[in-house]
This record gives sequence, structure tokens and C-alpha cells, in this order.
Amino acid sequence: MRLVVDLNKCQGYAQCAFLAPDVFVMHGEEALAYDPRPDAEQRERVARAVAACPVQAITADGLDAPSVRAETAEGGAVPATVTPREVVTVEARDGR
Amino acid sequence: MADDRMERLRREGRIAIVGASLAGLRAAETLRAEGFTGELTLIGDEPYEPYDRPPLSKGVLMGLASPEHTDLPQRWEIDAKWRLGVAATGLDLPGRRVLLADGDDVEYDRLLIATGTRARPWPNEAEAALDGVLVLRTRDDAVRLQQRLKAGPRRVFVIGAGFAGCEIASACREKGIAVTVAERAGAPLVGALGGVIGAVSADLMTENGVDLRTHVTVTALEGDSVGRVRAVHLSDESVVEADVVVVSLGSLRNTEWLTGSGLGAGPRGIACDAGCRAFDFRGIVTDDVFVAGDVARSPHALFGYQFLSLEHWGNAVAQAETAAHNMICLPADRRPHLWMPAFWSSQFGVNIKSVGVPPMGDDLMIVQGSLAERRFVGVYGHQGRMVAAVSFDNTRWLEFYQRQIERGAPFPVEFPTVDRRPEGRQPVAADFPDPSLPTHAPGVTLSGYSPADQQLVFTPARH
Amino acid sequence: MTTKVSLVHQITDFTNRADPYPVYAELRKTPVLHEQDGGPYVISSYWDIESLLHDPRISSDASNLAAAGYDPLGEAEQTGLPPSFLRLDPPEHDRLRRIANSAFGPPQCPHRVEDMRDGMAAIVSELIDGFGDAREIDLVDQFAYPFPVTVICRLLGVPREDEPRFRAWVDPLVASLDPDTRQGSDPEFQKAAQEARMQLGMFLAELVEQRSKEPRDDLLSDLVNSHGPDGAMTMMEVLSTSVLLLIAGHETTVNLITNGMLTLLRHPDVLERLRQEPELSVRIVEELLRYEPPVQMVPQRTCIADIEVRGVTIPKGSRIWLVLAAGNRDPERFENPDTFDPDRQDIEHLGFGSGIHSCFGAPLARLEAQIALSELARRMDNPRLVQDPPPYRQNAVLRGPRHLDIAFDGLR
Repeated sequence: MRLVVDLNKCQGYAQCAFLAPDVFVMHGEEALAYDPRPDAEQRERVARAVAACPVQAITADGLDAPSVRAETAEGGAVPATVTPREVVTVEARDGR
Repeated sequence: MADDRMERLRREGRIAIVGASLAGLRAAETLRAEGFTGELTLIGDEPYEPYDRPPLSKGVLMGLASPEHTDLPQRWEIDAKWRLGVAATGLDLPGRRVLLADGDDVEYDRLLIATGTRARPWPNEAEAALDGVLVLRTRDDAVRLQQRLKAGPRRVFVIGAGFAGCEIASACREKGIAVTVAERAGAPLVGALGGVIGAVSADLMTENGVDLRTHVTVTALEGDSVGRVRAVHLSDESVVEADVVVVSLGSLRNTEWLTGSGLGAGPRGIACDAGCRAFDFRGIVTDDVFVAGDVARSPHALFGYQFLSLEHWGNAVAQAETAAHNMICLPADRRPHLWMPAFWSSQFGVNIKSVGVPPMGDDLMIVQGSLAERRFVGVYGHQGRMVAAVSFDNTRWLEFYQRQIERGAPFPVEFPTVDRRPEGRQPVAADFPDPSLPTHAPGVTLSGYSPADQQLVFTPARH
Repeated sequence: MTTKVSLVHQITDFTNRADPYPVYAELRKTPVLHEQDGGPYVISSYWDIESLLHDPRISSDASNLAAAGYDPLGEAEQTGLPPSFLRLDPPEHDRLRRIANSAFGPPQCPHRVEDMRDGMAAIVSELIDGFGDAREIDLVDQFAYPFPVTVICRLLGVPREDEPRFRAWVDPLVASLDPDTRQGSDPEFQKAAQEARMQLGMFLAELVEQRSKEPRDDLLSDLVNSHGPDGAMTMMEVLSTSVLLLIAGHETTVNLITNGMLTLLRHPDVLERLRQEPELSVRIVEELLRYEPPVQMVPQRTCIADIEVRGVTIPKGSRIWLVLAAGNRDPERFENPDTFDPDRQDIEHLGFGSGIHSCFGAPLARLEAQIALSELARRMDNPRLVQDPPPYRQNAVLRGPRHLDIAFDGLR
């Protein structure tokens, strides 16, 4: 499971930090820090956080089937090709 | 026919992307998402899959994430040939070939250059080679810095109070590590946000226990007998003992490999049109070479068609998507890259965000909140219109000001706002340093001719 | 124009309560609707609402609102307490919300809500077990109503033995806020509500007193003992904030759960999927917040300057209604907006508002609804609606069924 937050979009609503508090951490009132490669056991909480983000700023892969997680390359290995991954993202509001 | 040629390109063409970081990856995804089925090659000098850099100076240093685990999620199956750990060393423009460090070459029909920037090294090579002198840009840099911080240094010395320098200092303080920051200008962040906001940042640092030295430059780094850094000498003749020195003097654009290629590339980046097509050295736009991300320099209609180089995460994403789209579409379907500049930084628990181009501003108005409380929105004006806004822990208002900037709204701000304080009734000089003087880590480089005083209606693309 | 039926009237008209969406569609044809002098400016398209929620020329301040004159929807809650942060502008709003948040969520209490998950699941199981051998229940009275009150009790730190008393006060208090009961003006009922309000206030005040002496791991203790840079709340501010959490967090959650079950029963295929994969509740709840939002509109805003929306100038001091539920069905923003589709990828709804006043209790409401709906789907065998549409409450803002009778074959 890998994730990235578009912190330009992020407005500090902190829904992710409520719903997956061991992955997303508020640093002060509205600055967000996060673990971009959370443990597999956080999968369900991360899925809740991704869905709840009011500005849909979180992109994560490996959220769906547990089997997908096992394929993720560990330790920065270089794959010859990138395996297909289930991806959850919502691109909203072009031009913002 | 042009249509047939484009169809063939989309079906079986060869596209090479030099630079396998954020912009390169997002471009590759966009190409596939838009139906490119030909051969796609990604070339990167680092031996890693694309990873995200902003966490390296934030979450990673705070201990929330491992520097080795910031790989970017992939939104689309990109089915690419990866040439990682091999730098591009040259470009054969007429022959349409990228030359690689291992002697190989990659032929292309369309090329995207997204080679980004690298950390500006300490200019004295012998001093730069001292053990404990570091920069922070790549994953490997972050691993080294994290190890040093874990070892519990007596003092970290940060050269340069741009955003990265401030974030490093913030992480040190969070870990209880003593830290000194030296800045040539009168305050941190002045290049990006001006002296008024810089003063707020200076207070924030001092209050959090940072030993901030302004109006000074570092004259020498002193090593001990076994080649470890032990002290930093400053232009005010003071000496600060430190066992870790982080050089945070901004970045250099990775364009050297293009020297002699005939492309319009230099230390300020690669000039391209708003459609991301690179100019050659004669100023004629190419049709098969595109540029995106930190290394690009392109004219922006909202800011008087000045050429902007934006070292911003969001710009890399947006420009890569536009470049990819334009690489495989007919001329009539091309889109301009009209991204509203925006960036963020978090330091000492404060969220700093900005939209527009603050260094273009002459004056500043604190339209909401107060500088003293470090919760505010400031608006920058230039020639009678709003050109930028900055917020400290007030990000939810920022999109309103973004729309005002897009509309070329008048400055000073005449209308009332909630939470307007007496200090926000009049504009003050934003206090940017003379642009001809070097500053530490500017986020935006302006060049080109002066902005025309024109009104633009900026219509965001519909969803 | 004058011959047309007033759209503002149609919004409040009870006959449209079961399905207000055709009225909203009509509204969107005039995205800035102003029918008469002194009347509200009604905003109904997504992008306009979204931008006004972030516009610093728009005020939520109760005194600005009072100056804008009488309004059929904008009645402030009559609690006899100072205005809560819902009815304040920055910097006061920000200060109070920050302190409230320091007792509720990150960064100071990051695990508070997450740690309530198991407790919520237990309450839900207990309530469903309580259906017993019945083959028909009223979801509102037997489930959706008691669930959020109990959750708020646990959050605030109301002792278990006091929960029944507490609920007995909250019920008439919440009911008295519904326009029909208020204007129905049954003097007995009004007296009971007044009495309940007083009892509740005294109870809370006493509890606050206790917690300030002997803090425990609950929200009230943290509110009164907050040591952040903003200091602690005064007793009155604590009471005002607690009542806000109670009122704002209660009926909205009741409606989210009830509207949710109603929608699922109207979409049996989705209900069946939810039974098979409980995790679908996450997406279902987000889509519900778009499709049937518990707060249909924000009627408490005024502008402190002349503002222009779509070429219409709204003069300074005007009252503005932001019809969230109409924006959520705006075809300029969402594809097939009238279709309930939990697989929707683009789901940036306005269900919790946006900007600085975005719903304070959103994470709690999300978890409550996710747990409630997935458990109801899992445990009720062959559930079906007894009456469609069900009877609705009078309230046009906090819109939801008064009763939702569900027949089923048994519990699993």
C-alpha cells in the first residue's frame, strides 16, 4: 500500500487523521504529515480516510484485494515493469 | 495526413521520458490513460522507482515515515521500459536519440524532458567533502540526514533559511536537537514571501529555540584531523561548533546533459511554450520535444506572459499531464499549461500555503487575522491587482483569493472580510530583496518581459 | 413572475418534504434566486455554494443575521446560552472550535473517535438485539434515535447510570426544535421542553464541575482542563459547546441513518451488496451524504459586503440560503446526479458543508452511519419498507422521516 496526499488540495479538515490516526498525523492545527507506506493492517482505516477526504486529496494504491499488497515491491527494488495495481483516486476540479 | 500520422504515433510510436520522478511518472500515466499504446521508456539517474520528495524534509525527519518508503502510488498501469540508475548524458536532436551514461541510446518519436533539479552543493569542494556536510534532495540524502539526526548530534547547522532549511530546523527542534540557521537575508523565507512574512517566520523559529543568524554568510566549514566537520565560520567572524551541516542553498536545474544539443537549455531551465513544447536555441519551438516540472520555464498568461520556473509539486503534476496530453494529440486539441502556482510548507506546527506569485508583489495586505497571532491571510499586489496570497494556518480561505487572482481583482483590497484587524486596513511594502541579489531557495524564478497591465478572465476547466 | 408559485415557499412547504428534489431542480434554473425585498437570496448550484462557503465576505455571526430580519428557517436555537461557534465568525469561532477540537480530535486527541468504534458496534448490537421477536420495527424510535444520544453520552463522559435520565431530557429538547412542534405550541409540551432544558443544563453544569476537579478520559474533562495556548473554556462556553454537540450531532445523525436505510431499501441490490461486503458502507455513506444529506441547507449566512454571484449583486446585509442538497444534485458538477451510486468515483459532496464551519462531528457521524448501516444490513433478514414514502418531520433544513417502519423475517 502506497499513498500520497496532494497537500495543495488539502485544507486540514483532518478526517484522515481521525479515521486512520496511526497513518495521518496533524502537525499543529492544519498541517498534515503522513506515512506514505503504511502497514497492511492499516488498510481498512486508510480506505475510510481516502473516502472521507472532503477535497479528495489522497491517492493510494493497494487498497482493494489483500493479494495485491503482496505484489508491492519491497525495499526499493527495481521492477522491470510495473505491475497493474488497483488504484483509488479522484481527480476533482481541474484548474484548481 | 496529420490525422493518420498522429493515429500511428498513438498506436505504435516511441515515447521517451527523461526523469523518473513525480513529473515523469504522472506524464507516463497520462499517456496511457489517454490511449497511447506504443513503446514507453522512462529514464532516471536514481536507481529507484518514482518516489515523493516533500515528505523527505517533513514526515521522514519527524520519524513518521522511512526515507526508503515514500514511493509514489501509481494511478495507472504504465507498462514502461524502465532505465533506472542510468543518467541521460546527451541528446541527438536531429537523430531523435537520447544518449545514456552506459553507452546505450534510446530512440524516440516524442521526448519529454523532466529532469528536475538537484541540490546546490557547497561551493568549496574540499569543505563539501567533509564528513557531516550534507544536502537534502534525494532519498539517499534523506537516509544520510536521518542517520545523523538519530545519532544525536550536538548541533546541526543549516545554511540557508528557505523552505527546506526551515523545515529541517523544525524537525531538529522537534527531536530536541540544537540547531543554528544562517541566512544571508534579514529573515527566513524572504525570497519566497518577502520581509514582512519573513519576520513572522523568524519569530516562529526563535520561539522554538532555533539559533537564527541573519545578515550573515558562511565563510568556511572547518574539519577536524580525521575529516569530520567540527565548526562553521561566519561573515560576522563568529564560529559555531556543529557536527552536522546541512547545505540548503536551493537547487540547480539538471540541463547540463543538453549542452550542445541545440535545445534552448541553460542554468535557468529549458524554455518552452505554454503547450510545453521546448524551444531550440534559436527560439524556435520544437514539435517533438516537450518539457515538464522543475526544469521547465514557460510563459504564464495570468502573470503577463512572464516565463515562470516553478519548483512546486503541484506544477510538476499539472504540467506533466498537459505535456503528455499535447504530445499525442492534434494541434487543435492542445491545451495550455495555465496552472495557478501554489505551494505549501509546514514548520514548527504551522501550515504555510501560497497561491499566485508572491515575489511579483510590491505590497502586502493582511486581509484576515493577524501577523502577531501567526494566523492570517496576506494578499500581494502589483500594479493595482492581486497577484498572490499567503496563509498561515488559514488555508480554507485561500481558494477565494485564488479566484480573485485569476480574475485580476483590484489591489488594495477594498471590501471588508471577516476577522479584518486594524493592521489589515492599509497595504504595506512586502519587502522583497533586490531580485538581482541571490536569495536562498527561491520557489519561483521570474524572467521575461514586464507584465502588461491586463485583465484576464481565467475559467477553470470543468470537471 | 408574480403568477408563479413562490419557490422559497415550496422549499418550506411540507407537501414537498418527501421529495424536495424536483423543487431543487427548479431552483437551479435561477441559481441566484431572490423573490422579494427582504427575502433570502437562495443559492442552489454546486460551484456557487462551494465558493460562498469559502468567501470571507460571508458571515455566520448571529448578530449580523438578526439584523437581516425575520426568516422562516433561520431561527437560532433558544437555549439561553451564548452563541456557539456555529454562529460566530473568526477569530472567536476559531478560538472556540480549536479548544473544542483539542478535546475531540487530532492533534491533541487523535484516537478519541477511532477508539469509540468498538463501543459503537456494541451499542448497535444491543439495539438490534432489542428488536427481539418483533417482525416490524420503527427504525427511528427503536434505533436511529437512541444510538447517537448514547454515543454522545459516552463521548462527553456521562456516567452510564445517568444515560436514561440524560436521554429523557434530550428527547423533548430536540423535539422542541422541530418547527411543527414549536409552532404547534402545545403549552404542556413547551413547558416540558423548558423543564428538560433546565434539568439538562443543571446536570451538565454539575458534571463539568466534577470533571474540573477530577478529570477523566472524556471530552468534558478535556474541555474544562484544556491547557493549550487558547486556554480553557468558561463554564458557559463549555455548556454552550456541549449543547451544540448534542443538538447538531443528534438529529443530523438520526437523519443520516434513517435516510440511509430508506435509500438502501429502495435499492435492494445495493443493500444485498452491503450485506456481502460490509466495507462498502464507507462508500455508501459518502454517496448518501451527497444524495440525501441530513442538512439540506445552510440558512444562517449574511454578506458583509455587496457581492456578485453569476452577475447578480447581492447587497450587503442580505440573508443567504445555501441549498447544499440542491448543489449535491447539480448536473454541472455530478454525472447522473439523481442516481444513487455508491461506486461513484467523483464524490466531493457538500453534505458536511465546507470551509471553516464544515461539520465538526463529521468523523463521528461517518463511523456511526457506517457501523449502523452495515450491521442493519447484515442482521435483518429480508427487510422491506412498510410505507413508501414514510411520514416526514416538519423540518425542511434537518430533513428526515419521523418514522420508518420496516418489516423483516427475523434477525440473523
